[in-house]
Amino acid sequence: MKSNLILPTGKISQIRGKCISLIGNDIDTDRIIPARFLKCVNFDSLGKFVFEDDRKTLKGMHPLDLEENKDASILIVNSNFGCGSSREHAPQALMRWGIKGIIGESFAEIFYSNCIAIGIPCFTLSKKSIQVLQKKNNNKILFLEIDLKNSIAKSKNLILDLGIKESTKKMFLSGDWDATSNLLKNSSLVEKKLKELPYIRFNAES
Amino acid sequence: MSQDTLFDKVWDLHKVSSLPGGSDQIFIGLHLIHEVTSPQAFGALKDKNLKVKFPNRTVATVDHIVPTDNQSRPFKDNLAEQMIETLEKNCLQHKIRFFNIGSGNQGIVHVVAPELGLTQPGMTIACGDSHTSTHGAFGSIAFGIGTSQVRDVLATQTIAMNKLKVRQIWCENKLSHGVYAKDLILNIINKLGVKAGVGFAYEFAGPAIKALSMEERMTICNMSIEGGARCGYINPDEKTFNYIRNKLCAPKNESWDKALLWWKSLKSDKNSIYDDVIKLDASKIEPTVTWGITPGQSVSVNQQIPLLEELSQNDQLIAKEAYEYMGFNPGQSIKDTSVDVCFIGSCTNGRISDLRVAAAILKDKKISKKVKAFVVPGSEKVATEAKQEGLDKIFIDSGFQWREPGCSMCLAMNSDKLIGNQVSASSSNRNFKGRQGSPNGRTLLMSPAMVAAAAIEGKVSDVREFIDK
Ligand code: SF4
Repeated sequence: MKSNLILPTGKISQIRGKCISLIGNDIDTDRIIPARFLKCVNFDSLGKFVFEDDRKTLKGMHPLDLEENKDASILIVNSNFGCGSSREHAPQALMRWGIKGIIGESFAEIFYSNCIAIGIPCFTLSKKSIQVLQKKNNNKILFLEIDLKNSIAKSKNLILDLGIKESTKKMFLSGDWDATSNLLKNSSLVEKKLKELPYIRFNAES
Repeated sequence: MSQDTLFDKVWDLHKVSSLPGGSDQIFIGLHLIHEVTSPQAFGALKDKNLKVKFPNRTVATVDHIVPTDNQSRPFKDNLAEQMIETLEKNCLQHKIRFFNIGSGNQGIVHVVAPELGLTQPGMTIACGDSHTSTHGAFGSIAFGIGTSQVRDVLATQTIAMNKLKVRQIWCENKLSHGVYAKDLILNIINKLGVKAGVGFAYEFAGPAIKALSMEERMTICNMSIEGGARCGYINPDEKTFNYIRNKLCAPKNESWDKALLWWKSLKSDKNSIYDDVIKLDASKIEPTVTWGITPGQSVSVNQQIPLLEELSQNDQLIAKEAYEYMGFNPGQSIKDTSVDVCFIGSCTNGRISDLRVAAAILKDKKISKKVKAFVVPGSEKVATEAKQEGLDKIFIDSGFQWREPGCSMCLAMNSDKLIGNQVSASSSNRNFKGRQGSPNGRTLLMSPAMVAAAAIEGKVSDVREFIDK
């Protein structure tokens, strides 16, 4: 966990940093942040508990505990990462540990939208390329430079085409990933919609 | 792209605008909140100096952290007490309806909203909880959201979301005797996989679905998310309308007639287009038990835990992890697996019909001495009804503990937890590593009837041997 943590704001067009690999499919949010740490009224202290039970089991040998990974910021994962509970505590804990971007074969849907909502871009990559990255990262330091505009990740003698939805990419490049301000703009349309919906009327009358 | 399905119709009806990023702005008809995923959202509102836009479109209850043994205040657990106090304060300040403990209507949010008649066809429903998909059983489009989106719904009554694709899951024939909705959904997840639903809404349809009661339909939709689908739904019919009729918050009198007229018009058209259709034969399904660490890793009670080579390449990695974590050998029978704890409850199977089925099996029987068993009703209403029927007594006489309503050992945020590597037979929805409160605790998911049978024998058993043919 970084003491000088800066949370993402505004436009995000580039992420540079050291990679850290977590190997395994279907890693669920209960594992990312066990339920007992959900007893909190803010997210501030979650960083140190990320993957708490997995880390305890591995007694210091978990990738998150290895000295060389301490300042990593790009997480490399396999498929269906973040499945299970909708808890935003999971990406919040990863972010507060120091993760700024995630590259994976696939992501669970709620986890993915939670990441976007807090400013962590998630990219997809083929199974094979993920394995190549994770292999390279195995026992070795791997730096990546992610260029959002061109959807590529670069390192020494490696260029990878990353998958990201065009709409999501636009949101990060323009700084509009924090949805609230856009949603607030259409206040009059929302009020109109409220009046149009049949069930609002017949529920109000009863 | 799907066309003219119920999902398309409800989505289009609630679409407010197309957002610059390419997603849609969707109006949320009913917003449900609980103590765990809302405090940070209220905090963010305060930081941004925003108000709750339509306070009467949000309803709150408390479920995840509540103790189920002693609910007197303040709670023994300071952190839990702090969370319920925060919710109380936020609801009071923002004028949000709150069904607190003792109100007679508190309980697991996905049990409470349907039984109050809040959940209705044609609505969009969101809640900071992945099992919000439950409400789709009524023909609403309901999905879980993260805390940032809870903030957005509070502030704007809308969220930004990309439209989902629609997969129809057509279930032929009927479930056979001793086989329940839980078995059906576990089989669907096993067949399609835990990530097949990503990007999809699941429409459950066909004679087998039509034959299910509303509570069974909720069990099915509840676990859509375990198959990766953020939302699952069933086209509404007479059963749906009859369930809602006369509920506390249901439309009454003339409003009821208007509602009914509208609800009847809500369904997928005969020739609607789906992005995908899957068919399965419900009559072939048998009582089912999970053996692994995802809800997709299940077998019929009389089958063996699959060998590695019987699984697809993609499933092998997680299977290896599961054998090791669960302490099972590939090829071993799941039947007769010894269990330490039996849990009946949760938003999947903590409703009155679940308790009735389990009680019928436990009547005049004693559970195994080595098993710790407890039943946690899904809501205060379920508890009251069960007591009126004398179910609590049947449970207690058999050796079960009878508890107060809440989520309890479904996620173990209160003091109900597995210890060490105990094995639980659980009617809940997730068997993830550590889910039930012990980092090496092991969970076998099954129907409440199967949990009752396991409690009697102290091991995984075929419930069909306990019920009249
Ligand atoms: S019962 Fe379990 S799955 Fe349902 S809302 Fe509570 S914790 Fe979530």
